[in-house]
Amino acid sequence: MIRIKNLHKSYPIGKDSLHVLKGIDLHIKEGEFVSIMGSSGSGKSTLLNIVGLLDEHDAGDYHLNGQLIKNLNEKKAAVLRNKFLGFVFQSFNLISYKTALENVALPLYYKGMGRKERQRIALEYLDKVGLKDWASHLPNELSGGQKQRVAIARALVTKPKVVLADEPTGALDSTTTDSVMDLLKDINDEGMTVFVITHEEEVAAQTKRVVRLKDGVIISDSADASVGVKSEAI
Amino acid sequence: MFDLDRWREIFQSMNKNKLRSVLSGFTVAFAILLFTLLFGIVSGLRNTFADAFVDDAANSIFVRVWKTSKPYKGLQAGRRIQLDNKDFDYVKDKYTDKIQLMTARIYKNFNVSYKKNQDNYNFRAVHPDHQFLEKTIMDEGRYINHLDLEESAKVIVIGRLVKKDLFGELPAMGKRLNVSGISYKVIGVFSDDGGDNEERLCYIPVTTAQRLYGNNDYINQINIGYNPNLSLDQAVSFGNRLERDLKNKLDIHPDDQNALFVRNMAEANKNVNTFMLVLFFIVIIVGSGTLIAGIIGISNIMIFVIKERTKEFGIRKALGAKPGSIIGMVVQESVLITTIAGYLGLSLGTFILNQIGDGLEEYFIKDPSVNTGIVVGATIALILSGLIAGYVPAKKAARIKPIVALRAD
Repeated sequence: MIRIKNLHKSYPIGKDSLHVLKGIDLHIKEGEFVSIMGSSGSGKSTLLNIVGLLDEHDAGDYHLNGQLIKNLNEKKAAVLRNKFLGFVFQSFNLISYKTALENVALPLYYKGMGRKERQRIALEYLDKVGLKDWASHLPNELSGGQKQRVAIARALVTKPKVVLADEPTGALDSTTTDSVMDLLKDINDEGMTVFVITHEEEVAAQTKRVVRLKDGVIISDSADASVGVKSEAI
Repeated sequence: MFDLDRWREIFQSMNKNKLRSVLSGFTVAFAILLFTLLFGIVSGLRNTFADAFVDDAANSIFVRVWKTSKPYKGLQAGRRIQLDNKDFDYVKDKYTDKIQLMTARIYKNFNVSYKKNQDNYNFRAVHPDHQFLEKTIMDEGRYINHLDLEESAKVIVIGRLVKKDLFGELPAMGKRLNVSGISYKVIGVFSDDGGDNEERLCYIPVTTAQRLYGNNDYINQINIGYNPNLSLDQAVSFGNRLERDLKNKLDIHPDDQNALFVRNMAEANKNVNTFMLVLFFIVIIVGSGTLIAGIIGISNIMIFVIKERTKEFGIRKALGAKPGSIIGMVVQESVLITTIAGYLGLSLGTFILNQIGDGLEEYFIKDPSVNTGIVVGATIALILSGLIAGYVPAKKAARIKPIVALRAD
């Protein structure tokens, strides 16, 4: 599903450049539940942005669903994001003036789906995350956990190939963290590839594969013992 | 452009952000309001000036005489100057190519009676061209013609109010009037835009007046309509030459301002034209300045709005919005707001101008209004400016990478 070879990325900082990703090799198969662990500055968010087609890599190969990602223009990237990827963000990133239902239906609008059809499917997915009764509420009328569940429904509504979650529980307390993680597990059980970025051990522990990142390189991968040194944390 | 879902998105965004929409609209509405009022008031000024000359043809030159104020060629000051047919013919022959219309005028006052009604009226004995120089409008019958002149016919053309006085609602055409003991046949009734005094007049043939009253060839005034093909400068110099030649012929001192007076509308027109041209340029500069200020205002607000919405655009892009759809949304919203706001400003401006109506006539502003061309032009300018004001910042917003937009918390 996701195949990354020798991926490099650096950001210009004034005259110098900061080398963030220093040759990442990663292969995620369909249906996996992977977490990327690392402290801040380890390059995990950069990796997610590149995987999520929100940013471009400098060198190396990236195949998404068998398609080589190279020299994408904004328009093509937008179509691919809409088709293959669902995003869940730490700060939820719901549009504040739209109701829960409208937020969930938005990706379908960009897919070009009709209004009635959109609302029907969106409601179906809100039901799936247990928020059918909250469909007409605005985001500021929802709790943090509810907002994140709306965001997850929005990520799922286009039936993407991969759900990318960037610190999905970062802004939540431990109870709601568990409910959100349970939801992600359920999704994975239904066969969806889930890719979580986190710095919390408890969150990583609930995934099926943990990849540890430090200073732009993979230091351990629970699915592949040959990579780097085993972390003592597991 | 006619995507229903797109409109729904825009109305939702405008509706949920009322303050923002109202603020950006207000700038434009205000600019257009000022623009409309400015144009309206200038058109009011122009109407006043146009009105001031409506009574007489714009290409008129009047020649009047009075007493000399300076001795000349052995003749004393205070001598009464008299124009006659020879002077008339002299001017006519000398300037054939420069004159389009020409008439003499003799002023008389007679008691006129019809049956039991009678009153005193001012008379003008004229040539047929007088009708066009004075912009006389024939309501009934005809004006004095060349045959009347040749025959010194006792025919009379009476003003609308004269007819009202003497005949009331009864027909006047073909009836005979008693003019101080001489019988005249009514051949026409006229009206005039110059006011009531102009409609309380009677016209008779110049030759009739000369034969019946004094049997001389005196005339009081010469009116000329200069050739409209002359430029204003040529017309002014023609007037000056006419004055010089006539003074020479009548033995008047060249510097005598009292004895012979030439009133040339070309000079007045020239001044008014210059004035209106300057005014027009001022209005163009101030008006476009106002519009530009409005456009800059809405651009500023759009830049702010887009900064505020950067994150939203980032989310939309992450969810699969193409850059074009972001630009389209912002531009369409901007055009919609400018158009509505501009239309409101325009309507308000037109409404105010209508309310003013003739209320400011004593300040030389008569019936201020804006014409359709200006309205359409301003509307197009608005929509275009809405396009530009929306497009530039939208293009920038669409270029922001979603990751940068989402990072901005």
